[in-house]
Amino acid sequence: MNIKKHCVAMILAGGQGSRLYALTQGIAKPAVPFGGKYRIIDFPLSNCINSGIDTVGVLTQYQPLELNEYIGNGGPWDLDRASGGVFVLPPYQKSSGSDWYTGTANAIYQNLRFIDRYDPDYVVILSGDHIYKMDYSKMLEFHKKKDADCTIAVLEVSREEASRFGIMSALEDGKIYEFEEKPKEPKSLLASMGIYIFSTGVLRKYLQADEEDPASSKDFGKNIIPAMLAAGSSLYAYPYTGYWKDVGTIGSLWEANMDLLDPSVPLDLGSSELRIYGRNTAHPPQYVGPAAQIQNSIIPEGAVVDGMVDFAVLFGDVKVAKDAVVRDSIVFPGTVIESGAVVEYSIIAENCVIGAGAKIGSRPEDTMDKENWGIAVIGNNVKVGAGATVPAKVIVDKDIQGVAEI
Amino acid sequence: MNNVLGIIFSNMHEQSVSELTANRCMGSIPMGGRYRLIDFPLSNLANSGVEQVGVVTKSNYQSLMDHLGSGRPWDLSRKNRGLSILPPFGNADAGMYRGRVEALAGIMGYIQHSGATEVLASDCDVMANMDYTGFVRAHRESGAEITVMYKKVDLPEGGEKECSAFRLGDDGSVQDMLINPQLPGRQNVYMNIFIANREFLERTVADCHSRGKTSFDKDVLQAGIGRHKIYSYEFDGYISRFNSMHSYYQANMALLDTGVRVALFPRQRPVYTKIRDEAPVRYGLESKVTNSLLADGCVIEGEVENSVLFRGVRVGKDAKVKNCILMQSTQVGARSNLECVISDKDVIIRDERVIVGFDTYPVYIAKGSSV
Repeated sequence: MNIKKHCVAMILAGGQGSRLYALTQGIAKPAVPFGGKYRIIDFPLSNCINSGIDTVGVLTQYQPLELNEYIGNGGPWDLDRASGGVFVLPPYQKSSGSDWYTGTANAIYQNLRFIDRYDPDYVVILSGDHIYKMDYSKMLEFHKKKDADCTIAVLEVSREEASRFGIMSALEDGKIYEFEEKPKEPKSLLASMGIYIFSTGVLRKYLQADEEDPASSKDFGKNIIPAMLAAGSSLYAYPYTGYWKDVGTIGSLWEANMDLLDPSVPLDLGSSELRIYGRNTAHPPQYVGPAAQIQNSIIPEGAVVDGMVDFAVLFGDVKVAKDAVVRDSIVFPGTVIESGAVVEYSIIAENCVIGAGAKIGSRPEDTMDKENWGIAVIGNNVKVGAGATVPAKVIVDKDIQGVAEI
Repeated sequence: MNNVLGIIFSNMHEQSVSELTANRCMGSIPMGGRYRLIDFPLSNLANSGVEQVGVVTKSNYQSLMDHLGSGRPWDLSRKNRGLSILPPFGNADAGMYRGRVEALAGIMGYIQHSGATEVLASDCDVMANMDYTGFVRAHRESGAEITVMYKKVDLPEGGEKECSAFRLGDDGSVQDMLINPQLPGRQNVYMNIFIANREFLERTVADCHSRGKTSFDKDVLQAGIGRHKIYSYEFDGYISRFNSMHSYYQANMALLDTGVRVALFPRQRPVYTKIRDEAPVRYGLESKVTNSLLADGCVIEGEVENSVLFRGVRVGKDAKVKNCILMQSTQVGARSNLECVISDKDVIIRDERVIVGFDTYPVYIAKGSSV
């Protein structure tokens, strides 16, 4: 018997992240690098420990190897605990058969036994692919004060963005009376952030009912929340005003990294408040060479820069040679940018080599065909030959010479 | 290497850099942007497969204990063996020690219980990346009772402080040991690292201790020449030794050389240190940084040249930092100008200050000062 926990968190980290294409070949989306030294999963894990939640289940099923290795025993997040801690929860075989996780609700349903072992009063359900800093304990206080069955964190978005989200219509006190998934004509601008707090008994009841419904797609947004509203449960919207970004696409992943370079964006990784933790590698300090020109950038320990870096986010073990240029780009760990190469508006994944004089991506203002402009992406372990060209928006996942085709 | 016990003396040589050791022991002197001196011998032991390390402390060891914690960054937080911090007064017979013999006598119970066959001991005054496996093998193959590590070093006219040198036989046996020799030129300089058979060490330390002898160098090594099998082992890799403020400054500056960094930080033998979870370095709009080493947590808005910046250093707008070593959380105000300055932790340089030292005589600003 475990010691009872007040609150347990479950992080949905099973998504393939297919919209990140070459960046998630071989790794789960939450294990994708972010912000110079972090991985996306560091954000929800750090938020948990910073909110006093010490028991966390991470639900994985797509390419879990790197994510498992990264999370390890949870030590970097102070989640290696005598009671509780962090657990990676893949789908497993039961006496009645075995199932992959068929949806977000099904994934939690299949792990109700994990939750029950800690007998928590509340369960926090989180997404493994959002960038934000949040103290869930304040949201839990709100949930308790409202005596809610379920509290959903919401963010006010613009009318144009609203049709990409689950939209809540709520009364002045926060009580939700209507929920629409990706509406064409939004009736409200309160978007669900995919952060739910449930009172445990209510969660179990609705998960079991949903599991028995063969028509359900086993999804929180599509099935559980509408079913609870229909049954008259008390759902509350918890307003959040800080920085939050879903990094599910190439464009949003690039933007979220660039946001870190913007002093007006309210996400400060340097502040000690709600600090983000990650697994550290033992890199020496970064070395900046005699020919380097660096401005408006984020560069961690282990990088070696002797070229020009402007509006870029580099990771550990990245080398930017003399006379190379990296601009408006993100370069993942272990990648080498050789002399004379120019990287613009690109994401270069791990352990790549960008050959001398190669040209990756282009600025929107330098692109003739504006329709076809986008972030160029080089997948993991790709070697781009000397002098090769990868135009804007192209995604490369194999070694190339010459000019990459769109 | 399971049979080797590592011992690190964290307090030796403190008087040679007394400014830096005013509030800390030798082992916790900040070094190279993100390290403390003890990280080097401790990582060397861990990377060589030594699983049991005792760190001998004397005084001023609070920052050292904070740094080492349970030993996890060095993978020495173990159920069996692992890292132990050994302060004085560790048992009824062990008081404040005056030198290695008394220090070892005070922890003899720990050494005996380790079950090790050999004890490898190091001070914290040498920065090097060493694989000790060759050292241990050489010791075992020679059948020596104790083997000392040396490096061929060109000593300046008048010798050096805190320095011992050996005369060696053709077979590598130690024929003579000179403490603080006034010998210029190429010498076999002792690295203050030795390996000894455990039982030999127990006997010898007990013998010296009972006769009131306290110096390991004089009473064990020097006095043992001719009586015991004392051999030598040459280290031919890169080292920096600290015996003055000037050598401390130079050792940091040497890290700006790529060859030195390659020698000290090889990929397969990383140097581990306490993890602080600082954010990566942020470069501002007008930043200009060349030939410098920067640790995480720095925020740079001004100019930095030929300098080593530790974690969390801030350089304000239009400030100039040249040939400086700025330790953790130093803040340099806007339009200030620093040259050849060593600032200790938490120093605040306000706006428009000008502080200029010289490379043979850098200006030292004490911990927590405000200029």
